[in-house]
Amino acid sequence: MTRVAAPMLEADRLALQVGERWLCCEFSLTLKGGECLVLLGPNGAGKTTLLHTLAGLREPSVGSVLLGGLPYAAWRATEAARFRGLLAQQQPDHFSSTVLETVLVGRHPYLGRWGWEGPEDERIARAALADVGLADMAGRDILTLSGGERQRVAVAALLAQAPQLLLLDEPTNHLDLHYQIAVLDLIRGLADAGRGVVMVLHDINLAARYADQIILLDGRGGVRAGARDEVLQAALLSEAFGHPLRRHVLDGRVNFIPD
Amino acid sequence: MSAARPHFSHALPSAGRRRAWGVIAGLALVGVLAQVWALAAGELDIPAREVLGALFGGGQGMGADVVRELRLPRAVAVYACGGLLAMAGALMQVLLRNPLADPYVLGISGGAAVGALAAMLFGLAPLLVDGAAFGGALAAMLLVFGLAHGDGSWTQTRLLLTGVIVAAGCGAAVTLMLALAPDTRVQSMLFWLMGDASGATRPWPALAVMAVGLLAALPFARELNLLARGELAAQALGVQVRRLRYLLYVLASLLTAVAVTLVGSVGFVGLVVPHLVRFVVGNDQRLLLPAVMLAGGALLTLADTAARTVIAPMQLPVGVLTALIGVPVFLFLLARRQR
Repeated sequence: MTRVAAPMLEADRLALQVGERWLCCEFSLTLKGGECLVLLGPNGAGKTTLLHTLAGLREPSVGSVLLGGLPYAAWRATEAARFRGLLAQQQPDHFSSTVLETVLVGRHPYLGRWGWEGPEDERIARAALADVGLADMAGRDILTLSGGERQRVAVAALLAQAPQLLLLDEPTNHLDLHYQIAVLDLIRGLADAGRGVVMVLHDINLAARYADQIILLDGRGGVRAGARDEVLQAALLSEAFGHPLRRHVLDGRVNFIPD
Repeated sequence: MSAARPHFSHALPSAGRRRAWGVIAGLALVGVLAQVWALAAGELDIPAREVLGALFGGGQGMGADVVRELRLPRAVAVYACGGLLAMAGALMQVLLRNPLADPYVLGISGGAAVGALAAMLFGLAPLLVDGAAFGGALAAMLLVFGLAHGDGSWTQTRLLLTGVIVAAGCGAAVTLMLALAPDTRVQSMLFWLMGDASGATRPWPALAVMAVGLLAALPFARELNLLARGELAAQALGVQVRRLRYLLYVLASLLTAVAVTLVGSVGFVGLVVPHLVRFVVGNDQRLLLPAVMLAGGALLTLADTAARTVIAPMQLPVGVLTALIGVPVFLFLLARRQR
């Protein structure tokens, strides 16, 4: 199968409904390799639901989602897992496990039913840990890590999965400022190297810094989708977040500051 | 479960794996030795050489008869029961993503107890008691599944709550039957409830179920590792989560039903053994499941042999002994977890 020609991710006249409530009206998007799309919106607007729909984990209420030009139904689950990866919003850990074992989970789609992780998988996992600054922690028990360290382990697991398309639900969760920038730089670097990125962010200014495209959900069913500067306008953001925001340009970088 | 454990000092998965295979081989050996002790020890002391003769050399005499007719079925029954319960416990802990889950938490043993005690109340033959226990276990399994799955959502919280409530209902029914039962039958009913291997005469099917259960679970073991880390992440990594959870539920329930039918609801094996083994081999289900099965079998064999020899000629129900060991061990684990 060659999927070189098709965009990594397309959504056609997508609309999502949870219970009786419509989270977003019909909109379309196209994401090519090398692009970074950020989902913005207030709490409960449906960013996570939209991300899960784009990841093929939920059926869209209306419209369709194509991954590499094909609907999810046409993908084998493990092949889809090699093409797109998801960083979940929370990392539920109930059982002990080493950091390295947790990152090796990302190699699952590359192993057969009876397969064991080999030296190459281990090398990939260790490289991923080094990328998030946790090379020394490989032998630690994840239950002893802080929330931020745990989040970086999850990012490393996604890197070990090595998908073409990365879907990330609040990758900056629990991270201090330094690692917020470090992780987002890392993700932006992957996009610049040709991968596709879709991420949910809370911070408008981080979105302004890293996104090529933005989807802004206003929490009442309204959607603005487009290039970064089309969507990141003070009036649109103020309305969506229900708080007045002012646009400032500091050293050539756009910032939005609440009044 | 809270602090770094000695077995985490190795960072190389391959080294950990070798170690785990060593542990598995060691547990298999302990199981064999436990069986030999179970066959040799008792009111009539039979030397190990005579035991082997009775098993393999066609030995004659009273010792050989005792070994073949009395001790072997019992020893195999408790081994199978221990292996089944420990494996079912490990699977339930993954299914419910809860380290405190055990094979009985979803009401399987409660259903079996209601079936068995009802049969005993009416004075049915032992074979029918077994049948009623198995039927009760299956009924509880289907009831919990149906109720928890009612609206198709099937979250583990809902499953857990449904199971706990059904188990509580079964507990009330058991108490009622004990209150109504004539004194002559109460003791055998209590022994059944605590787990009693003295009546187990047909252990081989259970041993086969144990082996088949392990073989059925192993192809999915790596997927279980993912499921234990969260449903969403597992699904995104290509695991058919819904199918896997059905499989897990049915498998864990059937293993429990077979074990409970054979020996009764022996406590703590299914809860404590997976935790103990996790300390040593880690939480990779590919290694954990076989290790847990072997450890459960060996441990229950040792416990049962102790139960019938420590105050011989009287016999304790094996469930009492596992509880005596299990309660302090579990409280110790829980205390470490909270830190």
